[in-house]
Parts: sequence; structure tokens; C-alpha cells
Amino acid sequence: MATADFEIESDEAGARLRLIGDWTTAGLSRHRGRLGPRLGRELGDRSVKALDLSDMGRLDTTGALILSRVLGRDLDADAWSSRPEAGRIYQRVVKVECNEGKPLKRTRGLTRMFAKIGHGVYDIGGEAILSMAFLGRLITATGSALKHPGRIRWPAWVSQIERAGLDAIPIVAVTSFFIGAVVAFIGADLLQQFGFDVFAVELIAISVLREFAVVIAAILLAGRSSSSFAAEIGSMKMNQEIDAMQVMGVNPFQALVIPRLAAMVIMLPLLTFIAMLAGLFGGALVAWSQLSLGPDFFLQRLGTITDIGNHLFVGLVKAPVFAVVVAAIGCRQGMAVSGDVESLGRRVTAAVVQAIFAIIFLDAVFALIFLELNL
Amino acid sequence: MTGEKDVVIEVEGLLSQFGDRVIHEDLDLTVEKGQILGVVGGSGTGKTVLLNTIIGLKEPDGGVVRLLGHDMAAATKEELADIERRTGVLFQQGALFSALSVLQNVASPLVEHTDLPRSLIEEIAAMKIALVGLGPESHHLKPAELSGGMRKRAGLARALALDPELLFLDEPTAGLDPIGAAAFDELIRSLADDLGLTVFMITHDLDSLYAICDKVAVLADKHVVNTATVSELERSDHPWIREYFHGPRGRAAHRTG
Repeated sequence: MATADFEIESDEAGARLRLIGDWTTAGLSRHRGRLGPRLGRELGDRSVKALDLSDMGRLDTTGALILSRVLGRDLDADAWSSRPEAGRIYQRVVKVECNEGKPLKRTRGLTRMFAKIGHGVYDIGGEAILSMAFLGRLITATGSALKHPGRIRWPAWVSQIERAGLDAIPIVAVTSFFIGAVVAFIGADLLQQFGFDVFAVELIAISVLREFAVVIAAILLAGRSSSSFAAEIGSMKMNQEIDAMQVMGVNPFQALVIPRLAAMVIMLPLLTFIAMLAGLFGGALVAWSQLSLGPDFFLQRLGTITDIGNHLFVGLVKAPVFAVVVAAIGCRQGMAVSGDVESLGRRVTAAVVQAIFAIIFLDAVFALIFLELNL
Repeated sequence: MTGEKDVVIEVEGLLSQFGDRVIHEDLDLTVEKGQILGVVGGSGTGKTVLLNTIIGLKEPDGGVVRLLGHDMAAATKEELADIERRTGVLFQQGALFSALSVLQNVASPLVEHTDLPRSLIEEIAAMKIALVGLGPESHHLKPAELSGGMRKRAGLARALALDPELLFLDEPTAGLDPIGAAAFDELIRSLADDLGLTVFMITHDLDSLYAICDKVAVLADKHVVNTATVSELERSDHPWIREYFHGPRGRAAHRTG
């Protein structure tokens, strides 16, 4: 491919422009776009009366655009007579350039920033109303599901229980195991300094049973299931599957949201219990290796903690609440997906972030309530 | 045929299969420079698979594909880059990048393949958008905000961004209203004439065949059964071609076309 170039020959009648090489995107790319301004500079106020095209290779619309910017319309139509196909391209570009209005100027960065803040504030209100609407529909759908248990979609429940619950067991167990182990390590180190090694068991048991097991399980499900609920329902929405359900008289809440919600409410307490066992196991293992407190002693010591039943209850009672939060936020964000891919990504992110935030916030609220109740 | 140099697409003995299911067997096809070739065939005859094979998205399971004189299977990286620069593809749904505005979409091949400055690229992209008949108000819209017809036009503008010699169109008029489809046909014909494009166009639209195609290749029985002008195909004895052109829709298109 020959690089684009030009020569100008001047006489009394006007300038004669000799085009050399390929006036194409690739040929002009070699000059990094500086050829057009150079042609304009060298031409000065002379106007081109004729073209010499004998050495010109190809001309494409990019070349024509650059030429037309400099030569404009005062070029005779028969200047291109030796290369009619190039002339057609040139005329077409000139025509398009004349018809085109001024492109809309983008608003300035500062204005856009304020507009964005305004939209953000406005959207918070809208989101709150939509969330309430979702909650209302969720409650009525749950009510009607309870009233007509015959219409419950058991296969959907079972498949959701498997995917969102059973498949999560390994990751929940392993994570909780390590959390229990870490608590034991830190506790062992601290308590050993005071000579209270044996209290490491209390530390592990109370922290795992009351807080860590349920919060870790819920946060893992928020990352795992809340996002997949939002993505699944969101892509169904983009694919108009939700619309198709509605015209068939199927309530999408009954078909999509309730099974996911039920699966979460059933499985999160179970996962929490598994997380408790795994956390205690991790703690016991560290206590054995670091503090030489054997498994027998660990179990015996566990039994002597006076209100261990309360700690277990506090941990497990939070699970269904967190389950509702994880499932509802995931489904709610999925339902809010609009037509484009970007909104899908935004909604999935929002589902995870909101779910994790809500879990931690509710955990704090629970802590206050249980403190007042002396549990 | 006027010599080797004028053949832009050459497919010889193509075999395509998915598992045991054979889509194409012994398929031959040649497209000459400057031609607008329409490819027709029933649903499931592998029109889109053929397109994907020619543009290199799918490797042929047998046979040879030569594009712009390069054997696709043996092409070096530089040759492939050259082919990419010289071809443009309009996918069925437009396949615009949803995170970018229309102007950025059209500019993206230029940013990728040239060293031109940003401002000039935007001017070129604006010119291409005007070339396909979209106004400047569409520049900063996102693909999700466009109607179906506008999305097709924006997709065409992006396909034309590098001034390709060869344009692939996958059902360009599908989903457009008849007026919009006719306008799109007219646009492709005039662009092809003025810019000297070779066009490979998959279509179901009989009106498009009559209006703009120089030749029509018919895919049936796993290969190209005939490549000829529309009027020659009307006289064909092949049962599917007869059904296609002499069915109720074919007759209607013939009357108007």
C-alpha cells in the first residue's frame, strides 16, 4: 500500500493538485492525519482548478473527507473525469458533509457532574418506592402461595434448594472452618499471656455460634446467590421471558421469586448450622495444636458453658431473616433490569452490595435487640 | 470469469459439521469483485454458519476458504489483519457495543486499526454515520436507546468505518418495516455502486433479492445448488427454488420487483 502524498503545480488559471498514492484510511494513517492540514497550508488562498489523478491509487471516503475539507465545493465536477469511481465517492462525501447539521455539543464535565448528582438523589427516592412496591407484591405473592399450597411449584423449589443451598455447603464449611481457626489463633495468643488458656474454648464457641457462622454463611450466599438471582431474572427480563409469563397468566413472583425465597429460607439455617460445626471444628483443631487442649477437653468445656443454648438460638434465629434479605434483594434487582447489558451489570453489582450491607446492618440491629432481651 | 484477481471470495469443497450433524458438504461458492451476492436458503440450512466460516469465526471442518486472495487456514497474522481491515460485517442484531455511544461504536475500528488523531477519527465516524442516513442527534445515544432500524444503520456505519472492499450482511432488512427495508436496500445498493463494494448478503427478503442483488446463491441439500441471477433462478427446476420463487410471497415480490 502506497503512502498518500500530493504535489501542487501553480499557473495563472489556478492550482493543479497532483494526488499520489493511496488516499485511504490506511494510506493516510501513515501521516497520523497531518496530510489534510499540510495540504491546506501549502495551498494557502489558491483554489484548485484541476486534479492530476494519474499517480493516485485508491480513494476511499476518509480520503475524500480530508480532501473535501480543503477543496470544498468549488471544484469542478469534471475534475474527476479520469477516475469516475473516485469522483462518485468524493461527490457522495461532499453531499453528506453539506447536509449534516452541526453535531450536538456534549455538555461540559462540571454540568454533567451536577446532573449526575441530581439524578442520583432523584433515583434514591424512586428506588425506595420501587422497593416498597416489590415488598408489597412479595407479601401478597407469599400470602397467596400459602393460601393455595396446591399451586406451589415444587420442582422449582427443589432445583433452587440444590443450586443455592446444597452446592454452597463446601465453600461455607471451608470458610467457616478457617474463621474458627483464626479466632482460636488470636485468642490462644492473647489468653496465654494472662494464663487463661482454657477460656479460648468459650471465645471460639460464643463468637462462632452467635455471630460468625450466620454472618459468614449469609455473606457468602449474598455473593453467590443474590448475584445469580439478579443475573438470572435480569437476563430473563431482557429476553422478554417475564413478559411472556405475564401474558400466559403466570405470576412471575410465584414462578421465579417465591421458589428462590423459599429455598433461601429453608437452606440458610441449615448452612448456618453446618458453618457452626465447621467453625467449632477449626477452633478445636487449633486449640489442640497450639494450646494442647485435646478434643475431649474441648467438648467437655463446651458443655459447661452455661447459656450455650442461648448462643445457638441467637445465631440460628437470624438465619431466616438474612435469607429473606438475600433472596429479596437479588430478585428485586433482577426485576429492575432494563434492556441493555450495562444495566444488568449495574443491577447485579447493586444486588451483592446491598445484600451484604443489609446483612451487616441487620446484624447490628439484632445485637442491640438481644442485648436488651438479655439473651 | 475474468481471471483470478477479480474473485474476492472463493469457497471450495467446504465441509461444516457440529458433532455428527453435517451442515455443509462439498460446498463451492465464488463471489466476484463488485458483485452483490444474495444468499438464500431455508431455516437451518447453515447460512449464518457459512458467513461465520468465511469471515473466520468458525474453522472449516474441511475444504478451503480464500478471502481477498488469502487462504484463511494458512494466512499469517499480518495477512489476517489485512483481511480484517478490508472487510466489514453487519451482524443480524447489529452487535453494537452496548457500553459505547453510536459515535464511539463507529469510531472503534478506526481507533483499533489506524494511527489517526482522535479528533479526525471522530470527524470520520460522524461522516460515516451521516453516510448511512443517521442524524447528528444520534451520536451520543447508547445502542439501547436506538430503534431496530437505527441500530441496523449504526451497525452498517461501523461495518463501513474502515472503508472495506468487502461487506458481509446478515439479514440486513430482517425486523424492519417495508418502507425502512426498501430504504435500507436502496442505501446498500447506492453505497455499493459508489464505493465499489463487494457485498455478501444473507437474506430472507425476496424484495431485497429483486431490488439489489446481482446474483443469488441458493443453499439447499447441504451445498450451493445454484448461483445465478434472479430471473434465471425463476426458471430453475429445483423443487425448493421453485417453491421459493413461485410461492405466494415470491409471486408478490416478482410483481412489484
